[in-house]
Amino acid sequence: MPGSGPVEALRGVTFAMQRGELLAVMGPSGAGKTTLCLALCALVPHSTGGTFGGNVVVQSRNTRSTLPAEMSAHVGVVFQDPESQLFTTIVEDEVAFALESQGLPREEIGRRVDWALERVRMTEHRHRNPAYLSGGQKQRVAIAAAIAPRPELLVLDEPTASLDPVGAQEVIQVLADLRRDLDSSVLVVTHDAELAGDFADRLLLLKEGHIGYDGPPAQAFQDPALLAEYAIRPPALAELSAWLTEHGRPARFHTFEQASEALSRPLTTAD
Amino acid sequence: MPLIEVTDLHHSFPDGWDALDGVNFAVEAGEYVALIGPNGSGKTTLAKHLNGLLKPTSGRVLVAGMDTAHGSVAALARRVGYVFQNPDHQIFCTTVEEEISFAPRAQGLPPEIVGNRAQEEMRAFGLVEVAARPPAILSPGLRRKVAIASVLAAQPDLLVLDEPSVGLDAHEQEDVLARVSDYRHDGRSVVLITHDMALVTRWATRCLLLSEGRILADGTPGAVLGDSSALARAGMRPPALARLAQALAPLGMPTDAVQVEAFGRAYLELVEGRS
Repeated sequence: MPGSGPVEALRGVTFAMQRGELLAVMGPSGAGKTTLCLALCALVPHSTGGTFGGNVVVQSRNTRSTLPAEMSAHVGVVFQDPESQLFTTIVEDEVAFALESQGLPREEIGRRVDWALERVRMTEHRHRNPAYLSGGQKQRVAIAAAIAPRPELLVLDEPTASLDPVGAQEVIQVLADLRRDLDSSVLVVTHDAELAGDFADRLLLLKEGHIGYDGPPAQAFQDPALLAEYAIRPPALAELSAWLTEHGRPARFHTFEQASEALSRPLTTAD
Repeated sequence: MPLIEVTDLHHSFPDGWDALDGVNFAVEAGEYVALIGPNGSGKTTLAKHLNGLLKPTSGRVLVAGMDTAHGSVAALARRVGYVFQNPDHQIFCTTVEEEISFAPRAQGLPPEIVGNRAQEEMRAFGLVEVAARPPAILSPGLRRKVAIASVLAAQPDLLVLDEPSVGLDAHEQEDVLARVSDYRHDGRSVVLITHDMALVTRWATRCLLLSEGRILADGTPGAVLGDSSALARAGMRPPALARLAQALAPLGMPTDAVQVEAFGRAYLELVEGRS
């Protein structure tokens, strides 16, 4: 129970990520997902304290001996609550901040700010004060600030939670572009199975600080018992295929193409 | 008399941004209205007019007959409960029980009733075990429950929820929204802001689609989410089942079947009709 003493947030987590891999991490509240994100950017243990065992190594940098400030040039982070990481009064300054502290030339900073704002569709709002932006727009600014330095690893904790459905698709596109253009690796924590199914190569299911599943998203999303155990709402198409199966029309699909094909067949073939 | 009556509402921010550009709608008591729309379309700005946190630049907002531009915030607060997008914006007491007791106590209710209301909400949200803890150290999911419980304890006629499911896992979402749905069944109304279309189809009786500060569509969740041209004009992506229904529409599938069971039944009917 939270607050009743020291909490073991992670208990022996072992995994490796390749360059260019898109990894989704899912699991119930309190599973340790956010702690894992903080460990990847060295905020755990340097800023949070606590007892730390094992090793986290990102591109041969061990977080035990690398401070968060140094790690930040290589690992971009978007936190769950965008308000916690926005601190300037102008959107474009927010995005330029990390680039300026890396000492990049002014023209390069300008180019990267333009690129990042364009990617999250916030160019129109570049001179506005983040305080007057909507929750979803603030999240887009936070994402722009995280991708502008072109990190080798991007860690996003529920990045699409306050985004509209198109915004969520755009973020997925940005992540795919980062992989294509920069061979960046991306780890996304999410409660949205549809989103994870759309973009991830690989899914980690985390509960009580343990990894209980490490494999393809599609396989996990067809296993209702596994999803219930990890407090994940099945993607709507998987739910529909289960409903039809239960009601006498066996079906097994989870992508839009599969569903569309499987469901149109009985309606088009002559009896 | 409708519970909410919004007439030609305009709102501009100090930085010159026109967030609302002529909004008109009315909500009857007992409705569960989902407010959807792209980021920056004005959803939160509109919701903040319902409890007088924002005043119209022009136009009029009536809640339970009170004009929110002139009515006292305290009088409005008895009628309208508002749960912020970020629960930390509203949690301030030192224990969970204090937090949940705050609003009924501020209304001047007798201690016994305050105690009963707090107990009722803590039981409904599974917060009894953490009653004596400071809300600040709880998990995001529990903090969200505390925020909603503390608003429900005041028993407002209208409950406004801004993105209440964000950060919650599937089980927590179900707990929270089932409680909200029970609350509405006592003749009260709910306005739910969300990007999660599964929640819209599961819980709401009506859906308003907002785009660039105007209402683009207003109807049942099935009608609005099945209206692909309105969604496209708003720059919204229809949910998976709506897209699937759309793809099967030339074969006779109704486009407003956007929820698993409704879709399944409509599909079975269609297949059986052919044989």
